[in-house]
Amino acid sequence: MGKAFGAVAGVGAVGSLVAMKKTWDPLPSVKAAGFTTLDMSIYKEGEIITEKWRGKPIFVLRKTAAMVAKQTESQKARDVVVGDAHYMLAIGLCTHLGCIPAYIPAEESFLCACHGGQFNWAGEVTKVPPPRGFDIPPFKIDGTKVILGEVGPEYQKMKDSGVTL
Amino acid sequence: MKNKEPLILVVVVAFTLLTYWLVEPYAHSVMHKHVESQNFAYADLKPLTKTGNAAAGKDLVMGAAACTGCHSIEKAGMPSAMDAVSAAASYGVNPPDLSNAGAIYDAKFLADVIVNPAHALKVEHKFDASKGKMHPMAPFAGAGGELEQEVADMVAYLQSIAVKPDQVTPKMAYENACGRCHSVSYEKWTQIGEKPAFKFEKDSLAFDIKVLEYQESLTKYMGKLPPDLSMYIRSRGEHFISTFIENPQAHLEGTAMPRVGVTADAAHKVIEYLEDAGDTKRHERASVGKMVLIFSVVFAIFALLWKKQVWKNLH
Amino acid sequence: MAHFTKATSVKDWLNQRLAIETVEKVMASEYWIPKNINFLWAMGMVLAITFSLLLVSGIFLLMYYQPDVKDAFYSVNYTIMRDVDYGWLWRHIHGVAASVVFLIIYIHMFTGIYYGSYKKGREMIWVSGMLLFVTFSAEAFSGYMLPWGQMSYWAGMVITNIFSLGGLHLDGLVEWIRGDYVPAQAFLTRFFMLHVLLLPLAIMGLIGLHFAALRIPHVNNQDGEEIDFEAESKKYLAGDTAGSKVIRFANDFMSKDLMVVGFFLIFFFYLVFFQYGFALDPVNFDPADGLKTPAHIYPEWYFLWSYEILRPFSVNIGLVAFGFAQVIFVLLPWLDRSPNAVPASRRGMFKVWFWVLLVDMIVLTAMGKLPPEGIFSTIGLVAALLFIVLWIALPFITKNEKKA
Repeated sequence: MGKAFGAVAGVGAVGSLVAMKKTWDPLPSVKAAGFTTLDMSIYKEGEIITEKWRGKPIFVLRKTAAMVAKQTESQKARDVVVGDAHYMLAIGLCTHLGCIPAYIPAEESFLCACHGGQFNWAGEVTKVPPPRGFDIPPFKIDGTKVILGEVGPEYQKMKDSGVTL
Repeated sequence: MKNKEPLILVVVVAFTLLTYWLVEPYAHSVMHKHVESQNFAYADLKPLTKTGNAAAGKDLVMGAAACTGCHSIEKAGMPSAMDAVSAAASYGVNPPDLSNAGAIYDAKFLADVIVNPAHALKVEHKFDASKGKMHPMAPFAGAGGELEQEVADMVAYLQSIAVKPDQVTPKMAYENACGRCHSVSYEKWTQIGEKPAFKFEKDSLAFDIKVLEYQESLTKYMGKLPPDLSMYIRSRGEHFISTFIENPQAHLEGTAMPRVGVTADAAHKVIEYLEDAGDTKRHERASVGKMVLIFSVVFAIFALLWKKQVWKNLH
Repeated sequence: MAHFTKATSVKDWLNQRLAIETVEKVMASEYWIPKNINFLWAMGMVLAITFSLLLVSGIFLLMYYQPDVKDAFYSVNYTIMRDVDYGWLWRHIHGVAASVVFLIIYIHMFTGIYYGSYKKGREMIWVSGMLLFVTFSAEAFSGYMLPWGQMSYWAGMVITNIFSLGGLHLDGLVEWIRGDYVPAQAFLTRFFMLHVLLLPLAIMGLIGLHFAALRIPHVNNQDGEEIDFEAESKKYLAGDTAGSKVIRFANDFMSKDLMVVGFFLIFFFYLVFFQYGFALDPVNFDPADGLKTPAHIYPEWYFLWSYEILRPFSVNIGLVAFGFAQVIFVLLPWLDRSPNAVPASRRGMFKVWFWVLLVDMIVLTAMGKLPPEGIFSTIGLVAALLFIVLWIALPFITKNEKKA
């Protein structure tokens, strides 16, 4: 009977752990505040702009004609095309440990001050420790606007092909 | 049995000091650029060769040079043409009142800023006349006489109306040289002046809106809103602030912050103001610290004597 | 019910109910400590005093601190540092003690390693000590979040990201720990709870365990001598205090402890009032800004060695190496295959191992702070590899150690 009593007590303990785990979850209000709409027509070519989505910085770089012309296949796969303009759209956090890399216009690349990681203008990693290029936030193209936080077909394709996580 | 304690103590202290030296003085010397102070000599600026005539200077400042078109000189009964918010909307930043400029700013700097503002302020990378980007302060090209003499006269006039240099207070120096761009919220200082205690929330909010409007113009002018300096004395330290004021470009190439051209004395006053804001209790810390250390030594002596007494029978 | 007589004194009254005379004997006057010890044996008392300083200063900080992302920085830097009378004193004591406590912990730990105080019978002292190290680390980290300055925020970001476990991409776990996508209000309040309640409770419980673990095997001594505590204590009680190899905990041992504490406090208060920059990082006097990373991000000095083991490798290998560094010290009593509980100086290869490990950890500490560029990243990589090699080699070099 002692063991049975112990088992019953164990069920209670596990039940309370579930409640404790749930209490640590992000609040519904935090999760709901997760959508940002960007008007893509306002960006100037070759100029990095930092937007904010779910408290994270979002890099938007409207690629120059020269950049678009020299894009490799892998860079094209990361390309976000709205109308006839091409954009690098990415979460501006180093994929190593989440610092914000700074854009060095002269080198057309991003340098992370924390551990020396580097990314090129297309968002690909060019120097470790970061394990992969910038992550791309879920987005949906709506005319000249992009909604961050919603999953559109272009994003789904990137996710399925493993371009972003 | 040999007493090994002195040797052990030496080993422990040596390794502790080595670690300390590596992670503090050494690591910081590698991480941060070291900029030596030039003692606010402004060696790149031409010395004044002429002796200024304050009376002639007054005529120029009030007349031909048209300083008072933008700058107030309250001491001389010249109020500002517009309030701070509208001034910032027009020029990017509210032009300083010149009442005490002669005491706060270096004479060579004043002379240079009159004829070539972007050069004296070291913002030529931002305001390049050849590219059509003019500094909002119009350079003075002369009023018909000898330019150097006229400039010397104007500097002499500004010095004649200013308080004596030793009467410059920390607050006066800060407000004039830094306070139109940098707030110090812990001292209630905003870019448009000290925030008064309002009886009604409506008035308080109206003041806040004026500050926000000013900051909007300032942000456009500077590229980003200059930071609040409340805790800068702890986050940057005296040496950094002092050398940064002296020449911002030496620390941060391409920064939009101008060289403000304060005298060494005025820079000390600015630092004192920041110490009062961010390290308010430093004097108390030093005096209490001394007493606590004296007590600690007495405590250690008594602990030692008691130990000796207890251990007398143990050896 | 036990039989109670009319008390002859307050002491007698208490003694009948709480057996205070027995407790006093067990805990103090007949708790026997070897006489052959040096000042390094006082580090336990120094730690207890430092912990008390942290506890007391923390209580006063708690009276004015606001765990709110909008007010936290202000409540620390304005309210406590400017408004509250002597608020600055508590903060400086708290900040400096939090750093110094780790210096003493490391001295205490390396003393234990040097003198073999984790050998047979004393394993639980070592294990409970390492658990204390882990909880103190968690306590230090959670406390570092509270001023909500730039270093708080970015250290919080970087360290919680470690829980995504690299290639496993457990972003959900990271968000669960934070209660948000980035460190924000939920994050600050839960770390506040951990810092002022859960972790201090755990620490106090573990301190109790650490002391209890010491009672049966007794404290080690300077020469690894096997002492017959029973016989030696009889000698002492018979009056031969000079000839006995043991002393009472109180007042004999305690008087020496307190003498060391006395000298320690001079050093400690000097740091609190005049040399506090190493413990109160200047960068953390800038308010937290999630859109601006500081130019250099580094943990406090006591985490640097393990941080540097994470850093020079690619992300997955780095995490494995980091995990290795976190647990390996706990296993020391089993990795050291020699039964010799004597000072390292008499243990041949182990002596070399000890000093190389100490120097290697200092090198790792230095490289962890320096920017990861050029020669520094190379030295860091070599030192990290050496650290791993040292621990793998330990069982082999101690297996054939001669009986000392």
